[in-house]
Amino acid sequence: MADPMKIRAAMAGDKVEVKVLMAHEMETGQRKDSKGAVIPAWFIQTVTATVNGKTVLSAEWGPAVSKNPFLSFRCAGKPGDKVTITWVDNHGDKRTDEAVVAG
Amino acid sequence: MRPNRTIAAALLLAAGLGAGSPGAQEKSKAIQEIEKYRAALGDDNPAELWESRGEDLWKAKRGPKNASLEACDLGLGPGVVKGAYTVLPKYFEDSGKVEDLESRLVTCMVTLQGFTPEQAKKDPFGGPGKKVPMDALVAYVAAQSRGMKMNVAGTHPKEVEAYEMGRKIFFYHGGPHDFACETCHGADDKRIRLQDLPNLTKTSDAQRAYTTWPAYRVSQGEVRSMQWRLNDCFRQQRFPELEFASPASIALTMFLAKNANGGVMNAPAIKR
Amino acid sequence: MNGSRRKVLQGTGVLGLAMMAGLFKPGSAWAEEWNKAAFEVKNSLNDAVKALGGSAATESKDITMTSPDIAENGAVVPFAVASKLPKTESIAILVEKNPNILAANFFIPDGTEPWVNTRIKMGQTSNVIALVKADGKYYYTSKEVKVTLGGCGG
Repeated sequence: MADPMKIRAAMAGDKVEVKVLMAHEMETGQRKDSKGAVIPAWFIQTVTATVNGKTVLSAEWGPAVSKNPFLSFRCAGKPGDKVTITWVDNHGDKRTDEAVVAG
Repeated sequence: MRPNRTIAAALLLAAGLGAGSPGAQEKSKAIQEIEKYRAALGDDNPAELWESRGEDLWKAKRGPKNASLEACDLGLGPGVVKGAYTVLPKYFEDSGKVEDLESRLVTCMVTLQGFTPEQAKKDPFGGPGKKVPMDALVAYVAAQSRGMKMNVAGTHPKEVEAYEMGRKIFFYHGGPHDFACETCHGADDKRIRLQDLPNLTKTSDAQRAYTTWPAYRVSQGEVRSMQWRLNDCFRQQRFPELEFASPASIALTMFLAKNANGGVMNAPAIKR
Repeated sequence: MNGSRRKVLQGTGVLGLAMMAGLFKPGSAWAEEWNKAAFEVKNSLNDAVKALGGSAATESKDITMTSPDIAENGAVVPFAVASKLPKTESIAILVEKNPNILAANFFIPDGTEPWVNTRIKMGQTSNVIALVKADGKYYYTSKEVKVTLGGCGG
């Protein structure tokens, strides 16, 4: 089971500003190890964000997204709403974490 | 007469400015942009992932004695984590040694959790796909000193001895390039490629440098501690390997930490 | 319809029905397929636009990219993209000189601000392109970001 994300959700004006830090290697598949063998690509491919069950953002990523990805976006919502973020990587591994909108 | 003096004065002024020359202007613009880069990384620091993992490891029952680290004395009494980073390195009665954070964590892993010293010192630095307890614990403990001033006492005879040893190491020229720490960090305005280097013999730079380690190093994709920083400096100077948690590494840390007294801790930071 | 089959259909809901109908592969995240072709485009913006389902992209001043002009390290370069184009559906970030040009594509539903802030790897100094799909058409803006290295290179 992958490491948990850090999610912060707080009101910014009339929108909810969400900031997420995900724990993931985001290996590009371009690097070689000390023996010269290619380190296989291992990266988050899809991200979905919901507020109270409604999708507020979805994304498709390639390995060029930085390791331990950071993502921020602003969506509709209010204090007390539940924000859920899910990622799925190219191994089929997935992780879901949630946070409550502060305020 | 007056026009000539005016021209002469203008020429002198232009020569004196120096910053008017294209080279110097480009350099300062580049440095401005790099400051912008550092600011853009801001507060959203992947090190938080290490801090969480470190807190879990501090509280987890591990090792042959199946005990947590919560009774570990980091310098402010058993179990006191808040502020502990600001008083290290410190002499500890129970081990009879001056210890920095990492060697103190090793001591506690051995005495409280029953690990052997070899097990506790094994793999101190994380790598791609490799998670290790040490850098997470360092991140957690350092974070608990955020906003607090460095306050290394350095008065115990062993602490004085360690500081003097550290000073000696700092200025000791060796290796195939005859480098010393002071080669890069002993004067103002030193630079490697586009990286400005802190003058660690100057208090303000010493404070700024020490209080931002440990740090999430984006070029490494890992949280890196002072022990790692010193180990890597030795590597880059083509010195022999600086052994993890060795007396030499602790002495050098003592020298740098005490020189940073008064500086406000802001770690883990985020750096290139 | 016998009793147990009815129970199965009631329990799986819409996703289950869709899966049974073969619309979604079991195990894939709800609604998200991954556009392999787009992520395999090498260096051409036009090819990336085509792979994403468009025909061409027009330059637009209504897209803002915020990033430092110099990245101290190419592993982590922060980018914020904002689109003022009406009916913005997606925002993508592309790095021209990366091995594969497309880095990320964000789908913006109604109610979400057309703005994303993330961090991208850059292999070298390159033009970085923000590609927006708005009202079915593609628009872009670009800026050059220099990538440098600090220290001894570690």
